[in-house]
Amino acid sequence: MKYVTEYRDAALVKNVIEEIHRTVTRPWTLMEICGGQTHAIVRHGIDQLLPHQIELVHGPGCPVCVTPLELIDKALEIASRPDVIFCSYGDMLRVPGSKRDLFSIKAQGGDVRVVYSPLDAVTLAQQNPAKQIVFFAIGFETTAPPNVMSVLQAQRLGLKNFSILVSHVRVPPAISAILGSPHNRVQGFLLAGHVCSIMGYWEYPPLVEKYKIPMAVTGFEPLDVAQGILTTVQLLEAGKVEVANAYQRAVTLEGLKPAQDAINKVFMECDRKWRGIGEIPMSGWGLRPEFDQFNAEKRFDVDAIRAEESPLCIAGQILQGLKKPHDCSAFGKQCTPDNPLGATMVSSEGACAAYYRYRE
Amino acid sequence: MCLGVPGKIIDIYQKGGLKMAKVDFGGVFREACLDYVEAKVDDYCLIHVGFAISILSESEAMETLDLLKQIGEFEEQLGTETQT
Amino acid sequence: MTDETINVEGAVCAPSLPHTEQIVMGHGAGGRMSHQLIQKMFMPAFQNSALQAGDDAALVLPEHGRLSISTDAHVVFPLFFPGGDIGRLAICGTVNDVAMLGAQPLYITAGFILEEGLPMDTLKRVIESMRAAAEEAGVQIVAGDTKVVQRGKADGLYVTTAGVGVVREGVNISGANAKVGDAVILSGSIGDHGIAVLGARGELGFESAIQSDVAPLNHLIDAMLEVSNNIHVLRDPTRGGLATTLNEIAAQSKIGIMLNEQAISVHPEVNAACEMLGFDPLYVANEGKLIAIVAKEDAEKVLAVMKRTHYGEDAVIIGEVQGSLKGRVLLKTAYGTTRVIDMLAGEMLPRIC
Repeated sequence: MKYVTEYRDAALVKNVIEEIHRTVTRPWTLMEICGGQTHAIVRHGIDQLLPHQIELVHGPGCPVCVTPLELIDKALEIASRPDVIFCSYGDMLRVPGSKRDLFSIKAQGGDVRVVYSPLDAVTLAQQNPAKQIVFFAIGFETTAPPNVMSVLQAQRLGLKNFSILVSHVRVPPAISAILGSPHNRVQGFLLAGHVCSIMGYWEYPPLVEKYKIPMAVTGFEPLDVAQGILTTVQLLEAGKVEVANAYQRAVTLEGLKPAQDAINKVFMECDRKWRGIGEIPMSGWGLRPEFDQFNAEKRFDVDAIRAEESPLCIAGQILQGLKKPHDCSAFGKQCTPDNPLGATMVSSEGACAAYYRYRE
Repeated sequence: MCLGVPGKIIDIYQKGGLKMAKVDFGGVFREACLDYVEAKVDDYCLIHVGFAISILSESEAMETLDLLKQIGEFEEQLGTETQT
Repeated sequence: MTDETINVEGAVCAPSLPHTEQIVMGHGAGGRMSHQLIQKMFMPAFQNSALQAGDDAALVLPEHGRLSISTDAHVVFPLFFPGGDIGRLAICGTVNDVAMLGAQPLYITAGFILEEGLPMDTLKRVIESMRAAAEEAGVQIVAGDTKVVQRGKADGLYVTTAGVGVVREGVNISGANAKVGDAVILSGSIGDHGIAVLGARGELGFESAIQSDVAPLNHLIDAMLEVSNNIHVLRDPTRGGLATTLNEIAAQSKIGIMLNEQAISVHPEVNAACEMLGFDPLYVANEGKLIAIVAKEDAEKVLAVMKRTHYGEDAVIIGEVQGSLKGRVLLKTAYGTTRVIDMLAGEMLPRIC
């Protein structure tokens, strides 16, 4: 596959890894803040190739992982209604709520459907005028333009039976929260490449300035990840505090303006709870009031739903890079991919699931 | 958040007021929305949940690959020089 | 005064419609309609003396030796997909399961659950496909059953098959028999069936030319057993894919398996579909492939005969059995790193991350 195979070339990856070994002179702790990058690192064993001085910490980059328990419970409540067709991206189906998951709702008769694209949910709304179609709009910035397009399209088509349940989170406030924490150990950041395809990377220089932490926009293939690590290490070794772009074929400084415009038209910044971490101010997006008719939380009576997280689960600390999956007393015992306690084990991108499946 | 897969645009058309494309992922074809990018037929785009989120730049791609190929070569040359 | 044009003699109720276009509840009631269905649709296709006898069970000659018996339920949707259909799947699935013990499959039984409203034409196509698959495999369909359920309760039709075969003399093949040092051979590329069916379902909106690999593998196994007495394990990686099947074997045999990622072949289109959806081909279902775990000294000749035999042309050694990390399957990547391959947990779902 073009633009994929070249970036998996073993000889090129080896080149870059060797250069990392030649460059590093002291210990560095780096964080990647994207579930897709965690997946790539663990799948190809890239961390096994790095010099021992480099520690990679997996940050809260999985929108599935960080969706708050309460919102999952609201989703489950809506999905169990007989007049609702509940549409979701595949990975959300397994995420456990307080007691059940979407699979359980489906088994009890709820109409739960996996969709590949938010536009598929809009099509379902057109085809089923007697039903309420609710789409679970989760994601980071990458998925926001597709998710908002579903609302714009529903509006354009005059659909009265379509709404979205929003759980959007943004990367820059998460980075602030991590770097601003007194326990922070992270010295360099690998930025999420596809988030930056949409948003550009102009949001990061102020963060770099404030916290004095270099960052590199990084892609997802083994060569891209290795290049991102090399770039960050080079900056650290040279004492350079700046943002570099190590994913130039897919990312520009400004990003995709039409996408950003669409996001700003439909969404506004709001406070968001991150599962396991707590509330990070202005770290999320929600629907603007003029789009209230498309807001599932307003259409369905779910305000009273509250939830408490499992006391055993330390997903929050893992997501912030303070602990590793092995540090959790429940890891591999009460908590496994078959029986997940928290979202980091549920999602195949979650740090715990990745460790469980791929680690020796 | 980030499963973006490269695909080649092979046809562009309007559907429901949106600019859509038939995308070839390497023998597997799917529709994707091009409303956010200024793409043409034969362009390669990154597709995420049925939307093009970036046009892949061939020139940048080649530049990166060349650069990364050279990393090792330079070091090898250095090594040879110090030995003679 | 009588009207001579009115004839009241022999007045009867209107006869029932023959219902030749679609299945109705009457076809499952066990009466004349059921009999006619069997005579008209099933008997002409599955011709053999045991079935033609028309008894409640098939009378067959006794075989000497150990028997291999297996059963399967087939609920695939859609009924027809590129490369195959539920009928072919049903016959090949059970033929293969029986053959994986090193047995020659002989007899198949087939139970049909038909949905009210199923077009007769569809049933005919499925039956014909089963006939053809049975002929290819060299097995006889000797007993069957039909039931009809209400509309909405069977996705068109479901089939349950059972198969019986005779295990060759001196052959001892089991998932518990893998030995340290054995070679792990895979008969061809992985992921074709699962992606073909997913594409045919249409829910995820992609198109491709990918075909299911559904095939009977008993002749391939015969050829392999001709050249070697040291085939320890045979299994077909169906649901859950190669990864799940190898994990099962590793647990049963209490050994470890080390795979070489670069040896495992995936068709480019299957690969593209997996990339697009975020699937790992190691977990996608296959219906025409087998894993053979063979003593090291026989690996090359078994491989050679597979490559000369239909359905084994792309066979390759993909790994070996180890004594360490018992019960675990490991994979060596193109970068020289190693990762653990677990079995499939729940359902495989497309991901956005």
